[in-house]
Amino acid sequence: MTTLPMEYGLLLAGILFVIGLVSLLIRRNIIFMLISVEIMLNAAGLAFIVAGARWAQADGQVMFIFIVTMAAAEVSVGLALILQLYHNLKTLDSDAANLMYG
Amino acid sequence: MENLLWVIPALPFAGALLLILLGGRLPRTVVSLIGVGSVGLSAVLTLLLGFQFLSDAPAGGVYRQEVWQWFNVAGFNPSIAFHLDALSLVFIFVITFVGFLIHLYSTAYMAEDEGFTRFFAYMNLFVGSMLVLVLADNLLLLYLGWEGVGLCSYLLIGFWYKEPQNGYAARKAFIITRVGDTAMAIGLFMLFQYFGTLHIQTISSEATQAWPIGVQPALIIAFLLLGGAVGKSGQLPLQTWLPDAMAGPTPVSALIHAATMVTAGVYLIARMHVLFELAPIAQFTVAVIGAVTLLLAGFSALTQSDLKRVLAYSTISQIGYMFLALGVGAWSAGIFHFMIHAFFKALLFLAAGAIIISLHHEQNMFKMGGLKEKMPAVFWTFLIGAASLAALPLVTAGFYSKDQILWLALAGERGNIWLYLAGLVGAFITAIYTFRMVFITFFGEAKTHLEHPPGKLIVLPLVVLAVLSTVAGFIELPHNFGHVVLFSSFLSPVLPNLPVNESMVPSEWMFQAIAAAFSLAGVFVAYLVYLKRPALHESIRNSGVAMALHRFWYSGWGFDRLYDKLFVQPFVYMATLNKNDFIDSFYHLLTHIARMLNRGMAHTQSGILRWYMMGVVVGALVIITISLLP
Repeated sequence: MTTLPMEYGLLLAGILFVIGLVSLLIRRNIIFMLISVEIMLNAAGLAFIVAGARWAQADGQVMFIFIVTMAAAEVSVGLALILQLYHNLKTLDSDAANLMYG
Repeated sequence: MENLLWVIPALPFAGALLLILLGGRLPRTVVSLIGVGSVGLSAVLTLLLGFQFLSDAPAGGVYRQEVWQWFNVAGFNPSIAFHLDALSLVFIFVITFVGFLIHLYSTAYMAEDEGFTRFFAYMNLFVGSMLVLVLADNLLLLYLGWEGVGLCSYLLIGFWYKEPQNGYAARKAFIITRVGDTAMAIGLFMLFQYFGTLHIQTISSEATQAWPIGVQPALIIAFLLLGGAVGKSGQLPLQTWLPDAMAGPTPVSALIHAATMVTAGVYLIARMHVLFELAPIAQFTVAVIGAVTLLLAGFSALTQSDLKRVLAYSTISQIGYMFLALGVGAWSAGIFHFMIHAFFKALLFLAAGAIIISLHHEQNMFKMGGLKEKMPAVFWTFLIGAASLAALPLVTAGFYSKDQILWLALAGERGNIWLYLAGLVGAFITAIYTFRMVFITFFGEAKTHLEHPPGKLIVLPLVVLAVLSTVAGFIELPHNFGHVVLFSSFLSPVLPNLPVNESMVPSEWMFQAIAAAFSLAGVFVAYLVYLKRPALHESIRNSGVAMALHRFWYSGWGFDRLYDKLFVQPFVYMATLNKNDFIDSFYHLLTHIARMLNRGMAHTQSGILRWYMMGVVVGALVIITISLLP
């Protein structure tokens, strides 16, 4: 079995991270912003897996399980906040939530 | 008995404390009882102590009493200790005794005043501070008393503080004397630097051993101490405050600005005479300052119209005589003149006060006139005081004290014909302005209605002082005329006698005759111009030169204007330039930058989530870039 070079995996993780970051910066819909954050988290997780496979260590997979757990917790809190936001402002536009400006 | 030495200054302080704490609730009789009683008791104690001192002279001629140690820092351990020798005995006698008479007089003079209690509190505080000044056995305690009397002088000049110009006069006196006091403080620092102590006797004995005559530190220190003395005693160039100090009540002028406080400079120089003997240039400067001051002040006194200002200039002039005496090394003559001057000048001021209060606070002499018949007691006592001031020969005390100074200024080993001539001309002018005052005030037509004749409490001190102004002179008579040397031999353990140029001794009577002739001539001139032929006075006054001179002398030789131009205006100018305090501008810049940054940063808080994200990303990029840099 031939192993993929580590650079491929890290490149994929980097591309995924940049896609997530750019969409986080340009999206106004707060649900899409949440999804972007998830993409960035998974990019980080992928980098851990690749690194764990490269050095044949279990640490990378342990870290990935942590990230998945944290992502689940984050999504639950994030969705609750989004519900509250929509409940109060009747919109999902994140720019509308600038009431505490200044 | 000598264990009670500390009580003498403590009593007036206790009186002041009592009056300050409970004064407002006490009736006036109790207030005057406390105020006069404390000083009176001090006077009685002083007399008793003085009798003991004279009858059974202590070892070394000194009573010393250490009350407690003030502090002890790095070997510097001044104590609250009192040192009574012949010199300080003369001073405490004058302070308590004349002070008591003036306090007694004040109960009548100030009777109508709403600040009655405050007045006596200040006066007692003054007497206490002055006693500390002359009894101190180290220079630090002396300086405490020195500043204490300065404070009381300030408080009492501005006693009627509702008039703005009184407050101005008080501030002027305080600030100008502060100039001298600063010099004196630096002198004390230097003394401590050289000797490691401020104990007067230690310094005196060590200085003679450690320093040859004319050594530089002695010269500098003597000049700095002279600065303090000049400021306190109203001598050139710091004399301008004294005439304005007459804004205070008249008993204050009598006690502080004639009899006691202004002679503190004389005391300081006499007390530190060892230093001045080590610095002949400084000592000669003392004589020159005295000679010049006595002439300048004498001419100014000639032109004043305010009764009290005449006396103020005359005080400056008479202290000039004392400085002249100290400067030629005639220590005991200077102190003798101090004592006699305290008697007759206090008398003149108190008599002037009696006139002023009887004429409803009128101080202009030219509005008085003809008071001879209306106030005979005041007239006769004033006349005795004036005769003593003008040094009328043989009968007055002033003659003996002033003649001694003139004689020693000429024949003493440091004497000088010019100093003698200055003194002689001064004596002539003194006689003129003194009797000008007498003739204008008491003779001629009455111009102001007499409100009420002075009471017993006012006349009694006048009579006592008049007697003293006459008989006190007989304790020191020239050696060709009676040869009584009670006073100088009493002082000789403290102040050395001045050797006299023997070749001039046979002609001493001639110089006495000249001095007597000059003072009589002065009286005659005053009689001629102001009483006999007023037309002469008018014609002199109306000539152009005389009018210019009159204006010049009236303003005290323009010193006020000079100092205004030289110091006050540049200071005010610089103060206006720096109105916005250029040091502050640095701190203003700091706050300005902080505020600018704040304003700039506040824009980034837009409430738009994506901007914040951008900020995080940019920040992270910057940090990563920095950490990746080699």
